[in-house]
Amino acid sequence: MLAYALLLSAALFVIGTLGVIVRRNAIIIFLSIELQLNAVNLAFVALSRYTGIEGQLFVFFVMTVAAAEAAVGLAIIISIFRHYKTVNVDRFNLLKW
Amino acid sequence: MTEILFVLFAVVALGGAFGVVLSRTPVASLLFMVATLASVAGIYVLFEAHFLAAIQVLVYAGAIMVLFLFVIMLLNLGHDYRADLKYGLWSLLALVVAGLTAGVLGQAFWGASDTGFRGDGAAVAAALDAAVREQGAAGVIAEPLFTDYVVAFELMGLLLLVAIVAAVVLAKPKT
Repeated sequence: MLAYALLLSAALFVIGTLGVIVRRNAIIIFLSIELQLNAVNLAFVALSRYTGIEGQLFVFFVMTVAAAEAAVGLAIIISIFRHYKTVNVDRFNLLKW
Repeated sequence: MTEILFVLFAVVALGGAFGVVLSRTPVASLLFMVATLASVAGIYVLFEAHFLAAIQVLVYAGAIMVLFLFVIMLLNLGHDYRADLKYGLWSLLALVVAGLTAGVLGQAFWGASDTGFRGDGAAVAAALDAAVREQGAAGVIAEPLFTDYVVAFELMGLLLLVAIVAAVVLAKPKT
């Protein structure tokens, strides 16, 4: 079952990558990043069965970082929305040349 | 039985992941994401990580997803029906990146067998099960967390504090 869980985690990670690249809505891009974090968590949990409890500890840390990232990222999205009245990432072109 | 449940959860997780990427409204994406998170929690249970499964449902599917939902509600994006998929060059780039990532990860993961991924897998699993019986599902994670990894744990607390302050400062309207 380990190989299947790892392949599932790879598939979830790839779908998350696709979401980050093809969507324009900043919130969906954020959700896709969360999906990628979850895929990595799944790989950690599956491998912790074969290498020891450390894998589950790292999942714990990843979840904390994900929570912090969601809080700060959503605050940034709210702040940007106030300025541009949209969350479409194509409009945030201040740093483009 | 375990295999059947695993296939069920995997199908729901993959379908939910596609739903997140492809659905038109942010709220639908979010609900698909909750389905994915719940089924990943189910897979955690299958791998005997009961505490993490509970945390996944409570913190991820409960708190973080509700935070996303609040922001969607607050910004009134719930009926933003314009398609926001990128086409053309972007979809080509997405396919190339996805293919490369899938190739690398698939090649790395394909050969992983149930026994002897690194050392004796069955012995590690048996030791874990014994520790869970002795200390409980939460105790077996808490014990190394408060001994070997206590510095990382305290830094996590600091990180959360910084994140809270940053979120408040960023989201506060300019006066």
